[in-house]
Amino acid sequence: MYRYDEYDQRLVDERVAQFRDQTQRHLAGKLTADEFRPLRLRNGLYIQRFAPMLRISIPYGLLSTRQVCKLAHIARTYDKGYGHFTTRQNIQFNWPALERVPDILAELASVQMHAIQTSGNCIRNITADHLAGVARDELVDPRPYCELTRQWATFHPEFSWLPRKFKIAFSATANDRAATMIHDIGVYIVRNAQGELGYSIHVGGGLGRTPILAYQIREFLPEADLFSYLEAVLRVYNRLGRRDNIHKARIKILVKDVGQVKFTELVEAEWAQLRGDPRLTLRREDLERMKAHFTPHAYDAGAARDTSFAKALAGDSAFAAFVKRNVKDHRVPGHKIVWVSLKAPGVAPGDCTAGQMDALAELMERHSFGEIRVAHDQNLVLADVPQKDVYAVWQRLRELGLATPNIGLLTDLICCPGLDFCSLANAGSIGVAQDIMDRFGDLDYLYDVGDIKIKMSGCMNGCGHHSVGHIGILGVDKHGEEWYQVTLGGSSEEDASLGDRTGPSFDRERIVDAVDTIIKVYLEQRAGVDETFLQTYRRVGMKPFKERLYPEKTAQREAVEA
Amino acid sequence: MGNIIRNRQIVADDWTALPDEAPLPSSGRIVVSLKRWREVRDAAKTGDASIGVRIPNTEDVIALWPEISDRPLIAVEFPAFGDGRAFSQAALLRTRLGFKGEIRAVGDVMRDQIYYMDRCGIDAIVPRADQDLQVCLTAFKDFAVPYQTAADGQPPVWARRRAG
Repeated sequence: MYRYDEYDQRLVDERVAQFRDQTQRHLAGKLTADEFRPLRLRNGLYIQRFAPMLRISIPYGLLSTRQVCKLAHIARTYDKGYGHFTTRQNIQFNWPALERVPDILAELASVQMHAIQTSGNCIRNITADHLAGVARDELVDPRPYCELTRQWATFHPEFSWLPRKFKIAFSATANDRAATMIHDIGVYIVRNAQGELGYSIHVGGGLGRTPILAYQIREFLPEADLFSYLEAVLRVYNRLGRRDNIHKARIKILVKDVGQVKFTELVEAEWAQLRGDPRLTLRREDLERMKAHFTPHAYDAGAARDTSFAKALAGDSAFAAFVKRNVKDHRVPGHKIVWVSLKAPGVAPGDCTAGQMDALAELMERHSFGEIRVAHDQNLVLADVPQKDVYAVWQRLRELGLATPNIGLLTDLICCPGLDFCSLANAGSIGVAQDIMDRFGDLDYLYDVGDIKIKMSGCMNGCGHHSVGHIGILGVDKHGEEWYQVTLGGSSEEDASLGDRTGPSFDRERIVDAVDTIIKVYLEQRAGVDETFLQTYRRVGMKPFKERLYPEKTAQREAVEA
Repeated sequence: MGNIIRNRQIVADDWTALPDEAPLPSSGRIVVSLKRWREVRDAAKTGDASIGVRIPNTEDVIALWPEISDRPLIAVEFPAFGDGRAFSQAALLRTRLGFKGEIRAVGDVMRDQIYYMDRCGIDAIVPRADQDLQVCLTAFKDFAVPYQTAADGQPPVWARRRAG
C-alpha cells in the first residue's frame, strides 16, 4: 500500500499544527463559532447532537495493521470504545472532546492518517472499489490513480472553497462496486479501441434531496491528462456553481441548470486551454512510481495445494454458510477474499469496537499481508487470505461477532447514524435497521430471498444512499413524528438507477411490516429462484407492490371502477 | 492609511478605495468598482491618477480582460469567507491572461484563506479590520511544500519526486 514519504509526512504534521492553532484561537474567542465552522469541517469535525463527531479519512478504504491498532487506541482513549465505518470508506468517532481533537490528529499523523477534507465544501476522500488489486474483472488497479488524485486534491488552492462538497470515485471493473455514478466526478478506467489506457469521465451524480446519476462528459480521456481535465471541471464548477442556496449548490444542479450539452462545452473549452500543460500532465514514470506502491503481495504459489479448506467446507455446515456468502475467490489460486460483516444483529450497521479492531489487526497481520479494506456498504474485507487459513479466520471472527454470514443479503443493510447521533436527521435509522435484522433473523429465509440491498437514510441528505437501494428507506419528520418513505428499484452499480417511490410513507410501527410485504410480493412474483429482487422489480414494475402495500387504496379504486 | 500585506510583508496601503459616489481625483492611486470604471474610463485617460479596478466575483475575467488588461491593480472580492470564486479569477488572471499588476484580495478576508490566496497569484491582501496582520503573516508558512501546481508556479509533488 501507499507509504508516506517526507513530503506527505510533513504535510500532515503541518496540518496538525494548523488545526491546533485554529482550535486554540476558537477556544480563546478569537475565531467565532461561525468562522471556526468551515475550518473544523474540513478537518472532519462536526458538532453533533450530543458531542462532536470526527470523521477520519481512509483513502480508497485501505488500512494497515498499524493504522487499525491506532484507530482502536483512539476509540478507547478519546471515544466510548467504538467507531463507525461509513459509506465513503471512512471512519467516524461520535464522542471526542473538541479540545482533544488536535491530539487525535497528531496520533493519526503518526500512522500516516489524517482527517483532511473529510467534510466541508471541498474535494472529499477519493473512493474506489474495495476489491481493487484483487478483483478478477479488473482492468488495472485503480488505487495508484486514486492516490495521485488524493494528493492533487489536498489543499488545492483554487478548489478548497467550492460551492459545496465534491466527491470523486474510481472504478476499473465491469461490475461497479464503487457507486461511481452517484459521485460528482465518477472515473471509469478503460481502454479505447486502440488499446490505450485512459478514463471515461462522468460528472454530476449525487444523492441528497435531488438524486441524479452522473452523465458521461467524455468517453475517453488519455491517461496522462487526468489532472488537466479534473481542473477544467472544477474550475467551471467553482466559477458557476450556485452559492445562494445550499440545497442547489452541488455540481449536479449546475449541470441540470445549464444543460449537459452546454456544461460539456464549457468544460471542454477550459480543458483545451489546460491540456498539455506539463505541470498538469502525468508522465509514465510518475505513474510507475505510484504503481510501485501497489504491487501484488508475495503470494504462496503452492497455496492451492491445500486440502483443508475443502474438508472444512464439507464437514462444518456453519463454516459452509459463511463461505457461501462471505468468501469469494481471489485472482491468485489458493487465496480467498473474506468479508468481515459489520451487520450483526443488535449492532448499528458499520459499528466496530476497539476490541474488535485490535483482534482484526492481529488477523490481518497474520493472514492477509497486514491490510484490510473498508467497503462502501460498511463491511470490512480481508482481501488476501490463503485458503488454508480461512477456517481459522472464520473461527476467530465468529468469536468476535464479525462472522454473520449475510453479505449481500437483506440484513446486510446500509444505514446512516440517523437521529440517534446526527443533528441533521429527521428520523431514527439504527432502530429500524435493528428491527429489520430481528424480523429477518432466519438464515434460510434470507438465503431464499437472495441478493438484495436495503439502504436507509435518516434525512434527505441521503448518507445511507436510500435513493439507490433496491429497497430504499428515507426517514422524514411529519409533525414531530418519525415516518418513512420507501423506494424500490434503485441501484448504485453498473446498471445504476434511482428508486421509485411506492406511495405515502409508513409510520414507525408499520415500516418493518412494509419491508416484509415487499419481500413477500417479490417471492410470489419472481420468475424463478435465480431472479433477483431488482430483476423482478424491473420486470413487473411497481403495481403488484403498490397493491399490497396500500390495500385500502386499491380497494377504493376497485370500488370506483366497479 | 491602513496597513495591508503585500508580497508577504506588512506595508502601508498606498491605494485608496474610492466610493462610487465620490468625485474622481485627478491624481493619486485609487481603486474603483468595475461599474465606476466603465463610467470614468474615457475621462480618466487624461488625468494623472492611477486607477485600479475592483471586480465582482461573478465576472468572467476572460470576457472582461479587454476592459481591465492595462490596469495596474485588480481587486478581487471575497464577499463571504467561504465564497471561493475569486480564487479562480485570480488564477486565470495570472496564468491564462498573464496579468503582471497587483491582484489584491478584499472583503471578508481572514488569516485562514491567505495560504490559498498566495498560491492563486494574489499578491496583496487586505485582511478584515479585526485580523492581526502579524498573525496573518504566519499563514504563508502553513504548508512548506504543496502537492499540486497552481498560479504560483510550484511544481507538483510528482515532479519533485522525479527529481529525487
